Amino acid sequence: MKIKTLGLALASSLVLTGTAYAQTEIQWWHAFTGRLGDLLAEQIDQFNASQSDYVVVGSHKGNYSETLNAGIAAFRAGEQPHIMMVFEVGTATMMAAKGAVVPVYKVMADAGVPFDADAYMGAVKGYYTTPEGDMLSLPYNSSTPVLYVNRDAFSAAGLDPDMDLSTWQNVGKALDGLKAGGSTCPLTTAWQSWVHLENMSTWHDVPFATKENGFGGLDTELAFNGPVQVKHIQQMGDWARDGKFIYAGRRNEGGANFRAGECALFTESSAGYAGVKKEAKFAFEIRTLPYWDGVDGAPQNTIIGGSSLWVMAGKTADEYKGVGQFLAFLSTSDIQAKWHQNTGYLPITNAAADQTKAEGFYEKNPGTDIAGMQMTSKAPTANSKGLRLGSFDQIRGIIDEELEAVWSGDKTAQEAMDSAVERGNVLLRRFEQANG
Amino acid sequence: MEKRVTFKGWMLPLCLLAPQVIITAVFFFYPAGQAVWQSMFIPDPFGLKSQFVGFGNFEFLLSDRYYRAAFATTAIFSGLVTVVSMGLALYLAVLADRLIKGSGVYRTLLIWPYAVAPAVAGVLWLFMFNTRVGVVAWYLGLLGYDWNHVLNEAEAMGLVVAASSWGRVSYNFLFFLAGLQAIPKSVIEAAAIDGARFWTRFRTIVFPLLSPTTFFLLVVNIVYAFFETFGVIHTITSGGPQQATTILVYKVFADGFVGQDLGSSAAQSVILLIVVGAMTIIQFKFVERRVHY
Repeated sequence: MKIKTLGLALASSLVLTGTAYAQTEIQWWHAFTGRLGDLLAEQIDQFNASQSDYVVVGSHKGNYSETLNAGIAAFRAGEQPHIMMVFEVGTATMMAAKGAVVPVYKVMADAGVPFDADAYMGAVKGYYTTPEGDMLSLPYNSSTPVLYVNRDAFSAAGLDPDMDLSTWQNVGKALDGLKAGGSTCPLTTAWQSWVHLENMSTWHDVPFATKENGFGGLDTELAFNGPVQVKHIQQMGDWARDGKFIYAGRRNEGGANFRAGECALFTESSAGYAGVKKEAKFAFEIRTLPYWDGVDGAPQNTIIGGSSLWVMAGKTADEYKGVGQFLAFLSTSDIQAKWHQNTGYLPITNAAADQTKAEGFYEKNPGTDIAGMQMTSKAPTANSKGLRLGSFDQIRGIIDEELEAVWSGDKTAQEAMDSAVERGNVLLRRFEQANG
Repeated sequence: MEKRVTFKGWMLPLCLLAPQVIITAVFFFYPAGQAVWQSMFIPDPFGLKSQFVGFGNFEFLLSDRYYRAAFATTAIFSGLVTVVSMGLALYLAVLADRLIKGSGVYRTLLIWPYAVAPAVAGVLWLFMFNTRVGVVAWYLGLLGYDWNHVLNEAEAMGLVVAASSWGRVSYNFLFFLAGLQAIPKSVIEAAAIDGARFWTRFRTIVFPLLSPTTFFLLVVNIVYAFFETFGVIHTITSGGPQQATTILVYKVFADGFVGQDLGSSAAQSVILLIVVGAMTIIQFKFVERRVHY
């Protein structure tokens, strides 16, 4: 296996040195495999065929965390790639590393490539720009959580599949009916912290952390032990105890149960659409993420998950020119519209959204525009711009543990959230000390 | 009556020793020294800047009750892995040793799991015990037992212990079998003629004569449980639920490579080094006295 990979790498490097004589090589480290990896490779091929000065080489470096680690280790060894895919959770880490990255707006200006950050959807752009509006990394894939409904499961339990599920109050009634109707899995979720704490906070316009969720400085403190979040988590815990909410795991383990038709409701990223569409042998539909009726300002807007592309420091001017051209190519509306339609990720440029609409995609695929509407129907507030917290990958791990304690009935929601805030704050202080 | 071979001069012995000394220095002393050095600093992830904090990282760790809890978790986990894998291996080795026909087949089959990498073993066990689609979890469900290692701490611990011990049984089995076959048959036959039953023979003759092997395996297995089980934990539980399976070495990884807190991670590996060093000294000082070579 290893020898084979080595052989392939050797062979491909021989081929590259053969053709790359006059071409400048641009390395892009990413975290995609399978279908997403194929679509990404297609973008690279298209760019390489479109010009002859530069050749982009994509390398898969494992999952998001592993790709970030590989990039950090490579930077320390002076072997960093030109472009690195970093998940939104790593944004604060990358922003703090001022000497290790070149901001995208600067790359574009130096390369003389026309680039308009305002072409990007506000809610996406805001996540990756400075308060002055300078774009630091290029948004690549962004999604937001939505509610997937198995219509057949509703019918089987004697419920009207068209019933209103826009509020958690109504979802509660549906869960009662599903349970009474014999469903073994009325509700499940993927990415519990992202959906049920992070997005629930912005969706109800309450702070997840102080200092505008970390946008205002490294001295931010977690604040998700407020009444709105605690009420929601406590309700989910009660549903778990009654067998109405089935917990399958920290990542997207629940997806298998939903796609197999076992679960009636599923909160998951809009990017799960392609998989559900491919595998589901039942009628399904996408609804907006429910909110608690009675909370002021709800529903506000949901926030993104996904990744952006960071340009690493320490390369030559000519190489940066190629990077700039490649990034400009990636942000063209043809590329973006295709990416959005094929994957279920958001159309991150306004032009791509318009183009998708004009092509009639949303009429043929009902529900695929809901994610975009959830993010754009209201202008983001200080509580709903996004999250920018250090060590956030690990803080999510802490949140996962504490949520599991609620699902198993070991802790009340208030105890668990207080504990998660206290433990997470310790990590934020460490991050502040290391990067301050 | 010790036999001593003496060399003339220093050159030859030095040359003979050099490869091992150089390898140890480059691959052990140098990185260990680096870890000690790094444990005094809080660096940023990219190595752009670094602050000297002296023993600050150690103070931070020891004041963290989750870190202190990881010691207890590690002790329970390592103890269980060692007992389960050695106990099972000894039992199987004794059975295989008594076989007359077909022992080669059993031996080969028993050795197979050792070829499976820990991370792969973890995925295999996870697949069998997956709470929703796992085949074992499904049968347990038929028996009326609701298996859920995702939320149940004891079940999570049981699963990582089983997955870590499984491949290890093979390794221990090989050594125990070799040890058993090295025991002179005449001693056992003499005891049998004196009327000693199998269990008496095992307790009074076989087990004491096997003690060098047992002691060696004890040391090796504890070191294995401390360090090499990382892949199993990572694939099955990621240290959860509620840190119930976060052992010390997994925390080194989580803080260093998920949290990018390299100062804390380095300090933890120094503590781990001290703990394992101390344990090995204790084993050689106290347990080895009871070993008959």
